[in-house]
Amino acid sequence: MFIQIKNVSKEYPDTNNNAVQVLKSIDLDIEAGEFICLLGPSGCGKTTLLNLIAGFEKVTSGEITINGKLAVEASSKHITIFQNYGLLPWRSVQKNVELGLETKDRSKSERKRIAGDFIELVGLKQYARHYPSQLSGGMQQRVAIARALAVDPEIIFMDEPFGALDAMTRINMQDEISNIWQKKKKTIIFVTHDIEEAVFLADRILVMSPNPGRIKSVIKVPIARKRDRTHPDFLKIRNKIFEEFEMKEKEKIEYYL
Amino acid sequence: MTKIKNLIYVAAGLAILVILWEAVVLTGRYEASLLPSPLDVLKAAVQLIKNGTLFSDIKVSLYRFIIGYSSAVTLAVILGLVLGRLTRTWKIIDPIVQVLRPVSPIAWFPFIVLWFGIGDMPAIVIIFIAAFYPVLLSTISAVKKVDEIYLKVARDFGIRKTNLLTRIIFPASFPYIANGLHIALGSAWVFLVAGEMVGAQSGLGYLIIDARNSLRSDMVLAGIIFIGISGLLLDRAIRFFEKRVEKRWGIVSREGI
Repeated sequence: MFIQIKNVSKEYPDTNNNAVQVLKSIDLDIEAGEFICLLGPSGCGKTTLLNLIAGFEKVTSGEITINGKLAVEASSKHITIFQNYGLLPWRSVQKNVELGLETKDRSKSERKRIAGDFIELVGLKQYARHYPSQLSGGMQQRVAIARALAVDPEIIFMDEPFGALDAMTRINMQDEISNIWQKKKKTIIFVTHDIEEAVFLADRILVMSPNPGRIKSVIKVPIARKRDRTHPDFLKIRNKIFEEFEMKEKEKIEYYL
Repeated sequence: MTKIKNLIYVAAGLAILVILWEAVVLTGRYEASLLPSPLDVLKAAVQLIKNGTLFSDIKVSLYRFIIGYSSAVTLAVILGLVLGRLTRTWKIIDPIVQVLRPVSPIAWFPFIVLWFGIGDMPAIVIIFIAAFYPVLLSTISAVKKVDEIYLKVARDFGIRKTNLLTRIIFPASFPYIANGLHIALGSAWVFLVAGEMVGAQSGLGYLIIDARNSLRSDMVLAGIIFIGISGLLLDRAIRFFEKRVEKRWGIVSREGI
């Protein structure tokens, strides 16, 4: 197994220094090249889980291994793409994409060529000399994707990457990332709270629920790509997930009665 | 359109000032040596320009200013970048800085003369002291304010140590540092004149002392006006630079400052 998550829990101290459990005994195996969506309402710990795998935070108990090695620190073998892009505003598109290559002992011309290729891949060739503040949100996120791909990572983590985009741009970006995933065969772990987005993108959807954060169910999406958002199979899975969340509502009502 | 309007305001303000001034002079209650008339001051100014004194004094003052200011900025920014990251070391140094900072650079004058002699050095050192603290403190607070996401991106791409400082932290904090440079420029210019009044035989500050010694109050006022104008021009120049930085960094500039 490529990524193994064994009995992982995570606690944070709250303002009174009491431990609050954000994630409780998470078990999960992810294969290389898989597209995984972590889906759930806010507060279910999906971003925390992502940060743990990415090595930005440490587990309280349990262990996470990538390729057999403990995931304890960030590395350019796995790159995170954030909702607010994380582009460096003082660098042009070209220079932003070159960022990760600068620490990799590559010659200047090679950096330029590689960055150029990926800028072209995300369709921003004529914007290479622009600065982030001159681009729309969707274009900025494309730059972030190009920058991540340029260092040829094994895993790409995406933390609600399209959350700040308008609906149309969002759909375009979903198509785009789906295409890129098919071309490049990276393992992608994608956090979202948008059910349709998850069904469109994922091989497997991990439905998470809060208090404490845990994986409620794992839903496979055995639909060939490119997926049709209006196809009955698509809608069936979408409805199934809706039901998952619906059930939680019922539980809550019973509890209050 | 607004530019022309603003210009009218400026002209109106100046006109009112000159009219009031002339009116007070016309009452005849003050001798010309106590309050020279606007026309006398204008004549003195023309004389200073024509005989070349003004030009050579400005040149000397600017030379001292640039040396003192730029060396203070260089040292303070480098120290600030490092100390901003070394939280514990800064906690040790901070109290010392807090005690020294409110001391007027002029208070150091006896030591400055002993250590650096006379000539250009006292003025340069005083400018250095005046510019150093504001730049140091604004750099440190700028480093502490650097958005977490840039640090995450840097970790992801394996950017560490010196590279982290030069490629990420310095540029990320640069807009705030530029703001500190702006503030420091103003206070340093104030002390340039003070520095030249006590330790120099040339420069704009000396121009005033010299005029006073020959009881030329019209020339004193002309000198004051030149100091004000050159300070204003310097301020505009650095403000222009600051705006450019903010624009490039994508910071929405605050109006009316």
